[in-house]
This record gives sequence, C-alpha cells and structure tokens, in this order.
Amino acid sequence: MSTLAVEVVYRGIFQKTLARNIVRSIVFAARKDGKIGTAFGRYGDSPERNGIPAKQFAIVADDPEELEESLAVYQATNVDVTINVDDTMCKGIESWAWYGLQPINELTKPGGTLIVTSRQQADALLDDIHPKESPYNLSIVTGIPSFSGLWVYKDDHTDVRVLGALCKVCPELVSLDAMLETIEEQMGGGTKVVSAQRSYERTGARPVEPGEGGNRREMKFTMPGWKSMEEGLVIRAIPEGGEFAEGEGGYVPGRSDVFKKFSTRSMRPVVNFETCIKCTLCWLQCPDTCFDVTPDGLYDANMEACCGCGVCEAVCPVPDCVTMVNEAEFNDNDSQWQWWQKDKDGYNKWMTDLVEQQKAETRTHGFHHVGGYAQEIQAAEAD
Amino acid sequence: MTTTVPTDMFQQSTEELISGSEAIAIACALADVDVITAYPIRPYDTVMQYVSKLKADGAFDCDFIVAESEHSQFEIVKHASAVGARTFCGSSGVGWFYAFEAITVTAGLRMPVVAMVGNRALDDPGAFGVEHNDAMAVRDLGWHLYWVATAQEAMDIALLAWRVAEDRNVLLPFAISCDGSFLTHSQAIVQVPTREQVNRYLPGYNRHELQLHPDNPITVAPQVNEDWLMEIRRQTDEAMRRAVGVIYEAYDEFKEVFGRGDPSPFIEEYMTEDAEIILVGMGTLAMPTRVAVRRMREQGKKVGFVRVKFFRPFAVEEVQNALRGAKGIAVIDRDYSYGSPSFGGVLFHELRSTLYPLPERPLMLNFIAGLGGREVMVRDVNEMVETIEKALETGKIEQETTWINVRE
Ligand code: SF4
Ligand code: SF4
Repeated sequence: MSTLAVEVVYRGIFQKTLARNIVRSIVFAARKDGKIGTAFGRYGDSPERNGIPAKQFAIVADDPEELEESLAVYQATNVDVTINVDDTMCKGIESWAWYGLQPINELTKPGGTLIVTSRQQADALLDDIHPKESPYNLSIVTGIPSFSGLWVYKDDHTDVRVLGALCKVCPELVSLDAMLETIEEQMGGGTKVVSAQRSYERTGARPVEPGEGGNRREMKFTMPGWKSMEEGLVIRAIPEGGEFAEGEGGYVPGRSDVFKKFSTRSMRPVVNFETCIKCTLCWLQCPDTCFDVTPDGLYDANMEACCGCGVCEAVCPVPDCVTMVNEAEFNDNDSQWQWWQKDKDGYNKWMTDLVEQQKAETRTHGFHHVGGYAQEIQAAEAD
Repeated sequence: MTTTVPTDMFQQSTEELISGSEAIAIACALADVDVITAYPIRPYDTVMQYVSKLKADGAFDCDFIVAESEHSQFEIVKHASAVGARTFCGSSGVGWFYAFEAITVTAGLRMPVVAMVGNRALDDPGAFGVEHNDAMAVRDLGWHLYWVATAQEAMDIALLAWRVAEDRNVLLPFAISCDGSFLTHSQAIVQVPTREQVNRYLPGYNRHELQLHPDNPITVAPQVNEDWLMEIRRQTDEAMRRAVGVIYEAYDEFKEVFGRGDPSPFIEEYMTEDAEIILVGMGTLAMPTRVAVRRMREQGKKVGFVRVKFFRPFAVEEVQNALRGAKGIAVIDRDYSYGSPSFGGVLFHELRSTLYPLPERPLMLNFIAGLGGREVMVRDVNEMVETIEKALETGKIEQETTWINVRE
C-alpha cells in the first residue's frame, strides 16, 4: 500500500492561491501517473486572515480504497513532504485551528522531506527549526517568499519551482514527466515548464539528524473537559498588568496565555530608542497592545505578542525610528530595550545596519509597506 | 425565463478535481437553473462563489441575486418558483435558521426549491464545523432531506433533486445536506456529465395549472383557519408519500443515463450481509466507518454499515430489511436532541421507531460523535463496536447513549 501525503504550510490569504496551485497540481499529475488523489485545505484555517499560518494537503494513493483509508484520518498525522512557502514559519506555527505552537516539521514523517522556499542556508534555517526525534531531509528552493493578495496572484514561478523540487525529493509521489505535462496543461506551460525542470535539476536535500535544530520553544495548552470548563461560554478576564521591572516603574499590560501569539509575524518592528520622542502613537495604535512602557518612558515592542502588522512603523512620526525587519533575521523574542540598556553602542550599530540593509532591499513580505500612509501624505502634500 | 446557454461548455464528459460545493454549482449550470439567490455564510458560501464564477464564465445564465439576508434569500426563490423558475439557494447553521419562516412556507405552498445546506454547528458558540442539527430542523416540514457522502454524490443528487422536487406528483422542496468542510472544502475527482445527458434526464420545470402567471390568474397562500388546515397538511403528506415512488423511478433512470449509482436511492449498505453488528450513520462519516468495518471484517468480526441517505422521506422497509437479523445496532449521530428519549440523537430515535415493529428487535445503542466538526476516526468506530459487543455479551446495557471522544 502506498499512500503519500503532502502538506503545504502557507500564510493565510497572501499565499492561498500559491498553496492551492501546488496541491491541485500534485493531484492532477498523480492522475496522469494512474493514481488517484484529493486536495483540501484545513477547514479550521479558513476563513483565512492575513498572514495567519494555514495548511493545505494533497493525498495521493494507488486506488480509491487506499485513498479512503488514509482520508479516514482527516488531518494527515504524518506527511511524506512538508512544503513551507515562507521561511519565517520555520520558527513554528499557530493556526486558527489549534492551540499552541506547532513545529514546522511536526508532521514530517521519519525519512520525509521539508521543502522551504528561502534565501537562507540550511544551517541558518535549522537554527529556527525544532529538533525532531527522527531523521528527515531539508530541501531549499532558493527565493524570497512569494506574497500576493486575495484577488491577485504574483505569478513568479514559485509554484512550479516547488513542484519541480517536489518531484525530485519524492519521486514516488509523482513523476517529473507527469508534473511537467500538468504544468503545461493547467498552468499555461512555456517558461513555467522550464522553471520546474530547472528546479528539479538543482534541488538537493540535506539530511537532518535526530536532535538537530535550534528551536527549543514549546507552547502547549491543556484543553479543559466539559466538567472543568466554565458554563455559559465564559472566559475570565486576564489579570491587570504590572511594572516593567519590579520597583522601577513602567507598565506591562496583562496578556492572555491562550490567545494566539507571534507566529503570524513575518516582519517585526525594530525601534531606535535614541530618536524616539515618546509621542505614544505606537503604543496607542498597536492593535495587539504590544508596547511595554519602559521605566524611562520609552516603548518596547513585546515580541511574544507582536503579530507583525506594521502599524507602529506606519504611525511613528520620526523617520526610521520604527522599522519593520524580516523576521528571518531573528532567533529570539528578547526585549530590544533591555539589550539597548545593556549595550547601547552595540544595539545602535546593529539596529542602524539592519535598517540600512532593509532600505536597500525590496521588502520580502509584500504586504508590509508604509505605503498607505506615505502615499496619502504625498498626495496631500502634492495638493 | 432566461434561456441563453452557451453551447460550448459541457459538450463532453470531463473529470474534474472539485469540492462538493463546486460539484453542486456545476449541477446548477447543467440543470440551467433560472433563479439563484445567495447570502454568505460558511460553509455554504463556497457554492455561491462557484455559481457566480460559472455564470461569469458563461457556463450558464441565471438571475443571480445576492439578497440582504437569508430570510429574503429563501423568500425570493419561493416566489420565483411560483412563477415557474427553476431555483437554487442554500445556507448553513444559524443562517438557515434565520430563513425559517420562508423555509416552512416553501413546502406548504408546494414550491420545489432545491437548497444546499452546508452543515454547520449552531451558534453559540460560533463554530464552523459540521453538525447535522441545522438541516435536521426541516425534517417535519415537508422537505426532502438527503445526506451526501462524496462530491460526486453531491452533483448527482442535485440533478436528481430538481427532477424529483419538480415532479407534478411531488412539488416539494429538496434540501441537500453537505457536511461542512469534509464535503464543502475537500476536493475529489468527479465525473461531470454532458449537458446533453442532463437534458435527457431532467425535463423542464412546469407547474402547469399552478403557475402564477397573467395568463393563469390565481391567488397563492390565502389565510386559512381550522376548517382548512387538516386537509392541506394531509395533501402535503400525500405528496411526500408519492415522492417515494418518484425517487425510485428517478434514480433508476439516473443510473441508465449517467451509468452510475447505488442499488438503492435511499440507503447504502456496506458489508451488511450476515453482519451481527451494524453501524448506522449519515454523511461523510461513512468513510472512516467503512474503513473500520473493512478492517474488522479482516479480523473476522461480522460487522456492517448502513448509510441513511434520504432522511426524508425515510425508507422504513429498506432500513428494516437491511438491519433485520443483526443482533446489535450502533447508531452514530452527528446531531443531538437535548432531553429526548434516552438523551440521544435524532437518527437514533428514528431508527428505534423504524425497528420497533420487527418481531425480533436488536439491541440498540446510540453514539454521539463528530459534533462541531470533530473528526470521527477509525478508532472511534472500533470503540463503538466494542461497546456494543460488550452489551451483547453481558445482555446488559450500561448506558444507551455514549459520547465519543469528548474530554471529561
Ligand atoms: S507590528 Fe507594531 S503595531 Fe503591529 S502588532 Fe507588532 S508592535 Fe504592534
Ligand atoms: S511612535 Fe515612534 S516616536 Fe512615538 S513613541 Fe513610538 S517609537 Fe517613539
């Protein structure tokens, strides 16, 4: 019996069409190989919200009965290939549909493959990824994450490049010929076929040993039973906040342990504490009440809570005082202000370099741009 | 009504990778539905997306009306049906309930509206997953009520639905129940028939002398009192009784024209022959149940499964025949009726009343499973069978209703 399962982990809305193209093409191609398959999204992930991690699956079997056997387990509990189309999700994902942080490779079965689209090298990616008890392979399709919107699709060949790589790392799923034929028929062919073919040729895999991986972060919740749950759909208010540091003042708001945290974030704000004028706008406007007030009256974005929406950057009146930076640059959620306190020169240098580097590049995650506000201001000034 | 149909689509039978919702949308195009009303609620809204896309792509022409609420949505198709338009609409969960005033009169006025219910848990709590209580609410109102298990079946039953509902001997609305997520959002390979096949199978809708039209001046839906109501109810009852025969006939012809279908339109039997324990359920939980049954058969257990397809009209004799001889019956309900006899599910009560006249009644247990979209797994089905085996062995029923996979 050979049933093969693939999951595509993607960012809600921005990568929905991308994920759909990938899983559907797998099923079409498998059909050409004489197999049968099905494609579906995780229902709990939908209706999607911008950037929230979500999943789609493709399951391929030799015959309908076999397919039925594996579909009986609706969310595949282990998959042959995990495809992650935004490397910042290597840090783990919280979707709508479960509580806690799921390692990106949680469903990747022993000996399976994790394909990531990324510009990082394998070792850098592994720093972000949780270790597993069993070996698997890591395969990188080089590129920046492909982000678009609900009604538009960035046709940058990410879909076909992933599909080409997939045929390489899991030839028993679908043959390259069947996939190329599918791309020809379903996706317009032409240079896309060439892209898929090239990606197939270039893709390699790096074996990952048991225990390898730098992310030890656990976030798990015990769900109450019907006897211990409060009646009448009640959720108790969270306790009030407290001082930033004991006896030193400042203010940290209370935050719920069970609400979704930070894995929606693909970029994070970096604050220049030297130029901040303490205008409070970021603190007021942050939709997730992320800014902790420091004892010296500055505002420190708490990375345990930040969803990466970019509002703080957009509202901050001081140039380059808040800058959104690719999440892939970071390995922890530590306080920027505390670092700055300890080592002002070190922090300032790191921060300025990073900001300059961000300016030089196109933003990796297309939806983040100061755009709206900046354009409005420009338009107003032009009038 | 609207008749411009482009001729280039559906000329050839094709194989598509689509969800149950897409399948029903395609059935709308194939059946050349005249008036479709929509109001978004998950998971039903998938069908309105696909319908509007098919219309935009020129697959068919219809009046596609996005109403301002479910209530208006169902009112509009009711009225359209009165003037002779083939209609389609649908909803889910509390949206379906919001339309209830219109839903009840649709059957009373004998309007063959076809609706898709994307089964969804009733709020509160706001949840999107499948539960059968929403669609179940029309069970006493004169609606056909069918539970689908696959995307292919969704398309096939939609085509059958217009044929049966619009039959002059029936003229009753038809609800196609599709499990949210498992059907509405999962894509599978579906054979799409040709328009020629569908035209051959599905005659035009004709209300004849009941059609509201300037050439046929009539009044529909007057106020009535106690001296009329019993007769009206009895008439609707008779139409539902006639529906049984019409369904058999329509299903036979369906198999002839399209070349697929089960032996019976009303139930699906799986490994029931010589079965000592038979599980009964509806909708997509058929899949894990069949797999569990298959595996238990491999271990030599005499287990079978009956899927009830038509909940209304309910095929008493067919169900009796399928279950006769079994020692234990495990009824799986993806619904619940608070405070009902033995605190159980609706299907369970229906089954118990169906089997009551049998000279030898089997032991019956009820399992509440998969509420709110929780998966029903093979191991859950095993647990049900083990529970009933134990009851059979000891001759003692510890509890009639068991909640499966619920956190204590
Ligand atoms: S990006 Fe800024 S505004 Fe948005 S959640 Fe994070 S800290 Fe708050
Ligand atoms: S908006 Fe900018 S200047 Fe104002 S408090 Fe926040 S970081 Fe400082």
